[in-house]
Amino acid sequence: MLDKVGIAKRIAKEIKNGYYVNLGIGIPTLVANYIPEGMSIVLQSENGLLGMGPFPFEGEENPDLINAGKQTITIVPGSAFFDSAMSFGMIRSRKVDLTILGAMEVSDTGDIANWKIPGKMVKGMGGAMDLVASAKNIIVAMQHVNKAGESKLLSKCELPLTGVGCVKKIVTELAVLDITPQGFRLLERAPGVSVEEIKNATQGRLIIEGDIPEMVID
Amino acid sequence: MNKTIANAEEAIKGIQDNMTLMLGGFGLCGIPENCIAALVKKGVKGLTCIANNAGVDDFGIGLMLHKHQVKKMISSYVGENAELPAGVGTEVAIGKEVRKFMVDGVEKEFLMEYAFDADFALVKAWKGDTQGNLIFRGTARNFNPMMAMAGKTTIAEVEELVPAGELDPDHIHVPGIYVHHIFQGVNYEKRIEQRTVRKRN
Repeated sequence: MLDKVGIAKRIAKEIKNGYYVNLGIGIPTLVANYIPEGMSIVLQSENGLLGMGPFPFEGEENPDLINAGKQTITIVPGSAFFDSAMSFGMIRSRKVDLTILGAMEVSDTGDIANWKIPGKMVKGMGGAMDLVASAKNIIVAMQHVNKAGESKLLSKCELPLTGVGCVKKIVTELAVLDITPQGFRLLERAPGVSVEEIKNATQGRLIIEGDIPEMVID
Repeated sequence: MNKTIANAEEAIKGIQDNMTLMLGGFGLCGIPENCIAALVKKGVKGLTCIANNAGVDDFGIGLMLHKHQVKKMISSYVGENAELPAGVGTEVAIGKEVRKFMVDGVEKEFLMEYAFDADFALVKAWKGDTQGNLIFRGTARNFNPMMAMAGKTTIAEVEELVPAGELDPDHIHVPGIYVHHIFQGVNYEKRIEQRTVRKRN
C-alpha cells in the first residue's frame, strides 16, 4: 500500500518532458518534489503564474508570491505572471497538458466530484470546475476508500459533480487505473496489494486482464 | 488628468449601505487592505461583495463579515473563512442557458454566465501613477485587473504612487481609463495565509 508520497511519486512518472502541468492542492502538490531529474516542465498555478518553484527558504517568504493553495512559493528562471482571465484562458484553451487533482469520488465513466458535500459547509469549487471542463489530460490522486471503508471509485458519483467524463487515470494507495469505455481498467497494483483487495475496494465496473504488475517506485 | 485622492476614507466616501462592491485579490494576496479597513470603520451595511475569496476570520473581507456588513458574498472559494454560513456559494448550471459550440470538430456544451456589475470596484496594485495607470507584482495581480475593468467607479490603492510619466508605458498592466480614484495606501500588513518554507541544507 502506498502513502501520500508514494502516490505522488507514482504520478510523477506520468509527466513527460515539455509538459505544462497544473497541480491541485494536497497530494498533487507533492508531485512537484518527484519530477525526474533533467526533465524540463513548467508548473502552472491558476492564480497567475507559469514557472512555479519550490517553497522559499525560511525568511525569504514573499506575500506577493503564492500558489492556488495560498502557500508561499518561489519562481524558477523563465517564469511569467499574469491575471486570472489569462490564467483561465490558457486553461480553457487546453494549453495546459496535464492536470493533477484530488477527488472525493470518481465514476467508472470518468465523472469527478470534488467540491461539495451536501449538508456540510460549501467552500466553493475554486478553479476546479474550469480545470476539469477543459484539461487535455486529468490524473486523479485519491484514496481508494473513504474513512468509513466505502469505495470512492463508483459506478456513479453520489456527490455533486465537478465535471463529467473527464478523468483519464487514477492513482490510489492501492492501484493505478485507466478509465475506459468499459469502466476502470486495472493497470498496476501497489507493492504488497493483491488484485482481490483492489476488487473489494472498487464499487464501479473493474476490468482485470491478465497478470497485473506491481508498481515500480524508486 | 490627476485622479489622486488623499486616502482610503476619502476614496470610499461614495459607498453607501446596500451597494455592490467588487474586490481584487486571491486569498489575502493583492487585497485592498486600506479600503477594507476604511469600510469597517465607516460601518456601511447590507453590502454585496464580489471577490474570489472572503478573507479569513480576522483579515481581509473577513473583517467586514465579522461586523455583519456583508449581506451577500459572491465568491469561488470561501473555505478559509469559518464565519460564512452553509449554503453560501454558487449553485452551478441550474436555471442557466447552455449553448453548444464546436471545439476541435466536436460539439461541446457551454454554460452562459452573466457578467457581474458593481457600483464600486476596489483594487490594490504595487505601483500606480496620478493618471491611474497600474502595475502589479507577482501573483498579487490575480483578479485585480478584471475587477478594475468592471466597476462603475474604480478605486485603486497602491503601495507607491508616482507622478504621471514615471512608469514605463510598456509596463502598465491596467491603463488609467479604468481607474477613477487612486491613492497611496499606508501600513500594508500583507498577511501570509499559508507560510510554507523549506530548510536550507
